Amino acid sequence: MGQDVVDAALEQMECVYARPDTLTDTRFHYCPGCGHSVVHRVIMEVVQEAGIREQTIGVAPVGCSVFAYNYMDVDMQEAAHGRASAVATGIKRVLPDRFVFSYQGDGDLAAIGTAETIHTCNRGENILMVFVNNAIYGMTGGQMAPTTLLGMKTSTSPAGRTVETAGFPLKITEMVAMLPGTYYVTRQSVHTPNAVRQLKKAITKSFQYQKERKGTCFIEVVSNCPSGWKMTPVQSNAWLVENMFPLYPPGDIKAPK
Amino acid sequence: MAKGTVVFDIENCKGCELCIEACPQDSLELSPRINAQGYHYVVLVKDNCTGCTNCALVCPDAVITVYREKKKTRVPVARISGVTQNITVTIDEEGKPS
Amino acid sequence: MNDFRLMKGNEALAEAAISAGCRAYFGYPITPQSEILEYLTDEGRRRGMIVLQAESEVAAINMIYGAAGAGARVMTSSSSPGISLMQEGLSYIASAELPCLVVNVNRGGPGLGTIQPAQGDYFQATKGGGHGDYHLIVLAPSSVQEMAEFVYDGFDLADRYRNPVMILADGALGQMMEKVEFPEYRVEDHVPPKPWATVGKPPERPANIITSLHIQPEKMEQINLRLQEKYRVIESREVRYEAIHTDDAEYLIVAYGLVARIAHKAVEVARAEGIRVGLIRPITLYPFPSGPIRSIAKKVAGVLTVEMNAGQMVEDVRLAVNGKAPVSFYGRMGGVIPAPEEIVRELKTLAAAHPHAQPAETY
Repeated sequence: MGQDVVDAALEQMECVYARPDTLTDTRFHYCPGCGHSVVHRVIMEVVQEAGIREQTIGVAPVGCSVFAYNYMDVDMQEAAHGRASAVATGIKRVLPDRFVFSYQGDGDLAAIGTAETIHTCNRGENILMVFVNNAIYGMTGGQMAPTTLLGMKTSTSPAGRTVETAGFPLKITEMVAMLPGTYYVTRQSVHTPNAVRQLKKAITKSFQYQKERKGTCFIEVVSNCPSGWKMTPVQSNAWLVENMFPLYPPGDIKAPK
Repeated sequence: MAKGTVVFDIENCKGCELCIEACPQDSLELSPRINAQGYHYVVLVKDNCTGCTNCALVCPDAVITVYREKKKTRVPVARISGVTQNITVTIDEEGKPS
Repeated sequence: MNDFRLMKGNEALAEAAISAGCRAYFGYPITPQSEILEYLTDEGRRRGMIVLQAESEVAAINMIYGAAGAGARVMTSSSSPGISLMQEGLSYIASAELPCLVVNVNRGGPGLGTIQPAQGDYFQATKGGGHGDYHLIVLAPSSVQEMAEFVYDGFDLADRYRNPVMILADGALGQMMEKVEFPEYRVEDHVPPKPWATVGKPPERPANIITSLHIQPEKMEQINLRLQEKYRVIESREVRYEAIHTDDAEYLIVAYGLVARIAHKAVEVARAEGIRVGLIRPITLYPFPSGPIRSIAKKVAGVLTVEMNAGQMVEDVRLAVNGKAPVSFYGRMGGVIPAPEEIVRELKTLAAAHPHAQPAETY
């Protein structure tokens, strides 16, 4: 089709989906098929649609999403490994009327940052914590994460994770749901269009709860790592359903009545 | 004529195929050509797109813009009264009664 | 004005933080500085300060990062082991150029050590402390009055240079009570605008990003060069020290903080016995008063450095003196405070070994 034909066709059409303005034009550095950038995009869609860009401050982690601030076009701070929720606490305490979210992977949030995670939730810090769980350290080359499944092969569990040497996968989302400081705790994913729609709803609700000063909202996103898992993106999403969901089932863990 | 269409920012496509998997109409394929990044990029190959946005929702690289046919506006053109009940007749933009 | 109060050093420091417009304090209890957290929890909160007892020093310094990055005047305090835990965060703060005030009420180490006063954290405070090339501006008070005064100076320096500032005190200064007078200080005259802060992005400017990550080595080198340039400016402008009886001195003592007060007493004792000795008290440990020490060292027969550690500042003294005079060291460690008589004795030993000023090449 020539460009004139396309333009003529599009004239009869209306745009129903476009990259949000709250994302920069920068090309994502993530591997093909990675869920991180979907999560970035959905957060930014909510920020755009809610019209809260001028009030939103994000905190980026260390890990694959260390450059999250190159894509999410809002004011952001880059935290030390594991400390995103402490940094977010500092921001929120001095700017209580802003929307503050932290963004972390499994190593960051559930290993090195466990203390900060637990205590931020336990204080009921009025922030949104986004936790992307793909059961592996992607950035450093595919090492075992606290959430790595039993039997799962990584570069530091080459024969598969065993209880004897590495203990059990950490279900930190269920842990924080037990804390009275959390108001809304949910586990979502981005492997299908519907899952993405559900995540968007969860993020929208979380910002609404933050506005109402309800306490900590915590969203785990069970995601993939095609490179680390050594699969194609399509295979990785199928593997995620088959292997991750039995231990990390999607759905609300703690939701207001 | 398809009800919708999609436009790809092919230079930023990484050919992950998640949109192809998500498309309920099987309208998408990877191009045999590659972009400057070295990836086969996705293209629309059928004229059956409904503009459902599924592909764009799962696209990790936010390279998909989705368009859908504009909803037809219906304007009343005549009003008949004094019968047992009111009857409204409309025509669409192309002048056809509906 | 002239409103003297009798206060503990820690409390005076905390009171000064409130009146210096410190918006938020994040800290964790540790002896001998917990009064700061307690005073601010009570009096600070009453006067509108945000005070949060964090789950650890690690969390506290990262809360400081967040709050400083959001444009607030912020402070934390701790003592040696807790300050060690903060080093990672301080490196990030220095790299991201965030202004904040960090108080170290130094106690004896290494390890868990003791809760008694010490100066064993000199290296950590003045040489960076964490990873990478950076400096804190380090102020060393030697009285309760200075524990208070340096808070205002510290915040002002932090804001002026977008750099973390440390007040390096010790357990004795924190715990002892003295009279203190708080200066007139209008906060609004001292806090500059912070257009770089993350407060929410308005349409008219690009997003503000607080980060210490610059993955391209050439870019990271540029960041380093800019930091080093800033440190050279700080070194040229902000050196502070006190010189006592140095005009006619034949010997020089260099000591900071609490030890400088003891050394001052030793100077008086020695002078009464006919030894013409002067004292240099570095007030800024970084930037170090190398120039003043060097110029006095040229005129004296020997330099004695006294510290409550195994000899840390003495290395900077030797670098400053650069062979112009013999430099000896006397230190007590582990929380033991040297007595004036000990210092006089060391001075006499130095004087006996070096009775006259020597030509430079001898050393």
